[in-house]
Amino acid sequence: MFPPHDDPGSNFPDLLRRTGLKQPAVSGHGPDDLPHATTCVAVRYVDGVVMAGDRRATAGNLISHRTMEKVVEADRHSGVAIAGAAGPAMEMVRLFQLQLEHYEKVEGSALSLEGKANQLSMMVRGNLQAAFAGMGVVPIFAGYDLRRRLGRLWAYDITGGRYEEREYVATGSGSLHAGTVIKVGYTEQLDRQGVLKLVARSLWEAADADSATGGPDALRGIYPVVATITADGFDQVTDTELATTFATVAEDVRVR
Amino acid sequence: MNMPFYVAPEQVMKDRADYARKGIARGRALVGIRYADGIAIVAENASATLRKINEIYDRIAFAGVGRYNEFDQLRVAGVRAADLKGFQYSRDDVDARSLANLYSQHLGQVFTHEMKPMEVEILVAEVGHSTDGDQMFHVLYDGTVFDEQDYSVLGGDADTITERVRSGFSDDLDLGAAVRLGTASLSGPDRTLSPTDLEVALLVRTNGRRCFRRLDDDALGALASSPTEPTEPTEPTEPTEPTEPTKDTG
Repeated sequence: MFPPHDDPGSNFPDLLRRTGLKQPAVSGHGPDDLPHATTCVAVRYVDGVVMAGDRRATAGNLISHRTMEKVVEADRHSGVAIAGAAGPAMEMVRLFQLQLEHYEKVEGSALSLEGKANQLSMMVRGNLQAAFAGMGVVPIFAGYDLRRRLGRLWAYDITGGRYEEREYVATGSGSLHAGTVIKVGYTEQLDRQGVLKLVARSLWEAADADSATGGPDALRGIYPVVATITADGFDQVTDTELATTFATVAEDVRVR
Repeated sequence: MNMPFYVAPEQVMKDRADYARKGIARGRALVGIRYADGIAIVAENASATLRKINEIYDRIAFAGVGRYNEFDQLRVAGVRAADLKGFQYSRDDVDARSLANLYSQHLGQVFTHEMKPMEVEILVAEVGHSTDGDQMFHVLYDGTVFDEQDYSVLGGDADTITERVRSGFSDDLDLGAAVRLGTASLSGPDRTLSPTDLEVALLVRTNGRRCFRRLDDDALGALASSPTEPTEPTEPTEPTEPTEPTKDTG
């Protein structure tokens, strides 16, 4: 128990520091063949936002993992998608989720969406040294703002810079292709079905052009992780629905 | 040179215990009752923002009576201990028993070594994956721990309230019955408690990862008025989690 004048409050990372559980920062240059995660996108639509990410992790020119989940629930009304060095990224997400829940429990009410985005910014900034050693983490943060009643999304850079976008964001090695598909297909009136098809197509094209991005794998039944975040909260789209969506995308590509 | 008066250790402990008991008896009571789908905690609390019942971890709730600042300090310490343990090991490794031991040691230490004992009693409840796993630990101001099976009563007038709960308790209470039993036991035959006088929170076995949820005044009113249960509140469509921005619990 901490005395009142020296209390870490609702700050979980600070609590880790105080209790000596914080892992030391990575320094020096890391090996080049660490697992890396790639392409993730987030798009606004009428009910909120949708986030999607492929499942592939690569180590050098090898596929190191086929079922990685890069889009994860941060808390009930927000999600985070990660690209970059998989190890530090997963650790960052775990700490981020815990910090949001810890704050909510200690304070008795959840952080505002802006507050959550800011919190993630500080965590990315904290990883700067590792980023220069080739282990950068570049997340996307998106959520439903319960006070303003709309979906919002943020892009980050490795220094913790945080940029709120109005329409969509994309990160990772396939982001150029995925982003272009969304840019061309985006309208303000996108409904759930429309936006699901758009993100599916964007990941399809990214996988088509970028070797580090995995496409839908019908043989193994592995589909990208796609989640909607609306006033009702974070909801992961089922594989059955994704299979149908990707089937229509495949049909469109075939007649092209 | 002045010599301090000799006071027998028995007398010192007795005085401290009396002091703590008096402080606790001034506050309003709360009850925790096991029901079919989990554990219901009903507290008499006129404030809608200063809570007596709170979430500690996925399956663990905390409830305190007595001095607010003291049990709230214990609550935050519990959240920290649980979150740190879950971070360091796994979420499955966080359990109510070790938290109850932590509280017991702290309260015992304060009781014997500090100027004044803490004027609190606390309840650490954990809902299991089946009925067998449900646990309630009742920790007293001096660190004494009771492991209670079906129900637990904390605060002033506990003996009378316990008697009322015992007479009404059965093994297969549904949610409505448990909340009504808790409310009636707290109020006694001579007065009635409205939803605004109560704070009710549940640990629902089937609520997903985070089992803790609060019942708002409307849900309480619905439960209080009808003897047959009108709404099954385990529906995930209507969450009363603290994530709602309208529920600023301070």
